[in-house]
Amino acid sequence: MLAPNPSETTFKVMRILLVEDDSEAAAYLTRALNEAGHTADHAADGEEGAHLAASGRYDVMVVDRLLPKMDGLSMLKQLRASGDVTPALILSALGQVDDRVEGLRSGGDDYLAKPYAFTELLARIEVLARRHRPEDTETVLRVGDLELDRLAHSVRRGGISIPLQPREYRLLEYLMRNCGKVVTRTMLLEEVWDYHFDPQTNVIDVHISRLRAKIDKDFDQQLLHTVRGSGYILRDPGAASERPFDRNA
Amino acid sequence: MQRLRTILAITAVRLSIAYSLIFGIVAVVLVLYMTNSTVSILRGQIEDSINTEIADLDESYKHDGLNGLLIKLERAAAAPGANLYVLTEPTGRIIAANIRDIESGVIGSDGWTERPFAYTRYNQGDRHHYYAIARIVALPNGMRLLVGRDLGEPERFRVVIGRAMIMSLGFMVGVGILTWLLVGRRALKRLDLVAKSTERIMAGDVGERLPVTGAGDEFDRLSTRLNTMLDRIARLDEGLKQVSDNIAHDLKTPLTRLRNKADQALGGASDSEAARAALQEVIVDTDQIIKTFNALLMISRVESGSAAAELVALDLSALVGDVAELYEPVAEEAGFAFELSLEPDLKIRGNRELLSQALSNLCDNALKYGHVEGGEGARLAISAKREDGKIRLEVGDNGPGIPSSEHERVTERFTRLEASRTLPGNGLGLSLVRAVAQLHGGTLEFADANADNAADGGMSSVAGPGSGSGSGTQSGPEPVRRPGLRASLVLPAEPVS
Repeated sequence: MLAPNPSETTFKVMRILLVEDDSEAAAYLTRALNEAGHTADHAADGEEGAHLAASGRYDVMVVDRLLPKMDGLSMLKQLRASGDVTPALILSALGQVDDRVEGLRSGGDDYLAKPYAFTELLARIEVLARRHRPEDTETVLRVGDLELDRLAHSVRRGGISIPLQPREYRLLEYLMRNCGKVVTRTMLLEEVWDYHFDPQTNVIDVHISRLRAKIDKDFDQQLLHTVRGSGYILRDPGAASERPFDRNA
Repeated sequence: MQRLRTILAITAVRLSIAYSLIFGIVAVVLVLYMTNSTVSILRGQIEDSINTEIADLDESYKHDGLNGLLIKLERAAAAPGANLYVLTEPTGRIIAANIRDIESGVIGSDGWTERPFAYTRYNQGDRHHYYAIARIVALPNGMRLLVGRDLGEPERFRVVIGRAMIMSLGFMVGVGILTWLLVGRRALKRLDLVAKSTERIMAGDVGERLPVTGAGDEFDRLSTRLNTMLDRIARLDEGLKQVSDNIAHDLKTPLTRLRNKADQALGGASDSEAARAALQEVIVDTDQIIKTFNALLMISRVESGSAAAELVALDLSALVGDVAELYEPVAEEAGFAFELSLEPDLKIRGNRELLSQALSNLCDNALKYGHVEGGEGARLAISAKREDGKIRLEVGDNGPGIPSSEHERVTERFTRLEASRTLPGNGLGLSLVRAVAQLHGGTLEFADANADNAADGGMSSVAGPGSGSGSGTQSGPEPVRRPGLRASLVLPAEPVS
């Protein structure tokens, strides 16, 4: 398990269940997800959603909170009660902290307030789909020659030890766990700082550039890349990306 | 009649009527019992004295014969307050007596008279009937002797008591009725006032409040509570109204701009590159509108106080440390000297997310407006400390500051001072900070950062541009005289329980 798994950074087609009652929004999302190389099934209400989800064929669910027949939270509660662990992202017009907490308590794995940018949604579901894989328990994370030891809390690149501040360490750990996936600024703020608001200043960019100065600056190959309009990606140069949809464009 | 019925419907009046009735009945029973027992005691005494006298007279008759009896009778009758004496022949004809006339038939019976009998007296001219009880005995020679006693005393007593009782009961009923009228009328009046205020409020005069007399009675307590509730409702209502006003006035402008951009892009669609750029701008603008919208909702939600229930005990020092850590690199990148002065273990009841956002807004503002011409001496100073039992959370800069006349205005929604109009922003940041402060029972204060240089020397010092990293005060040789801005959240410390 110590060798980096090449498939880890390779693009993977996800099967997505989209439970959304607004047919226009659903059509837009389905098309956008298809363009991003994924397949999406659409359910228009909570009952249909629960029925489809029960098949267990999906890598991730995107569930609107307000749905006819059975609302999104009830649907998730029912699924979780029956043992379903498919990662779920809740979409909601209610974006306050307590709404979010309620959503996560009901069995959601992530929460995105409407309106949202599609890149944000895509980044989140790609990270979600990965979450339930076993290597989360790995003690050493590797991306190329970059190595993060979770037990010793130490980082090395090419055998050279790189001292990091605690927050930089957490930032890097999150990026490495989601190596090959785009992570947005909002996701970083939520995961690394546990803030659910958007500071007006480009705080994340500055923290990323500090981290980049430590892990990339003195090395030939750049690992941490900026994805314009979306966020950041930590890419393993050894693993070829087969992503059909180039978001760097 | 209607009014009387309303008065009777008042609980206090009903209770007082019930108590008066019970008290009256008890009082009557008590007085009757007392009168009866007093009267029977008095009678017992009379009977005893009569018995003694008869025994005495009987003795005289036996000893000295009729003559002795008569002498004795004459003497007894002459004494002041004498008993009644009648001596008759067996036929019933009166031989001697100290009364003029007696109810017929009384003398014919034996032993105690069954009931008081009537008699008339000598030497008073009047034919007034008096009442008495008596015992009649037959002498051995067939003559009959009556010894009696006027019942004046016990009867008078009974009359006095009865009169007193009637008077006091009458007085009681009178006072009772008076009290009910006063209390009831007062209560009714108060209720009428409350009802009238309520009607005015329902009619739309939301500024109307229930009257509070200052008497501190239950009406006042109730009115005060209701007024507090009305205040809160008014505040919620005001917030709602302001949001809708804001949406109407301040979102229309960017929406119009958005529409124009889309229109232009459509009009000049020949150039797909330009259309693309316009669409890009449309998205940016839309995002900005959404942000504004979210901020508005957030502010009104915080202002309504519905988040107050979610305040938990938290370590403000850690919270400030986290935000400071988020901003330190940004400040240094922007050429600001970063200062952090943090007292440890500041405990507070609060909402981490909201306080972090408020602090973040203040830092954003300091970085945005705190620039110093020439690029030197800009600083971002974050501090948190105890002060007079409160906690002062402060963000300072060396920028142009805010004139004190504008301190109130800048926290209003969409206020943007002239100097800042060219910079991006929606004019909502400080509104949220103030709302967060109020939610935590605190205030947002502004001051010139460099007004009291003497007290806070470090605040005015110049930091060389890019002079190293890390927190801590950096002193330069040249003091800068800039007003600067010090925005403080003054929050109540968590009470030590």
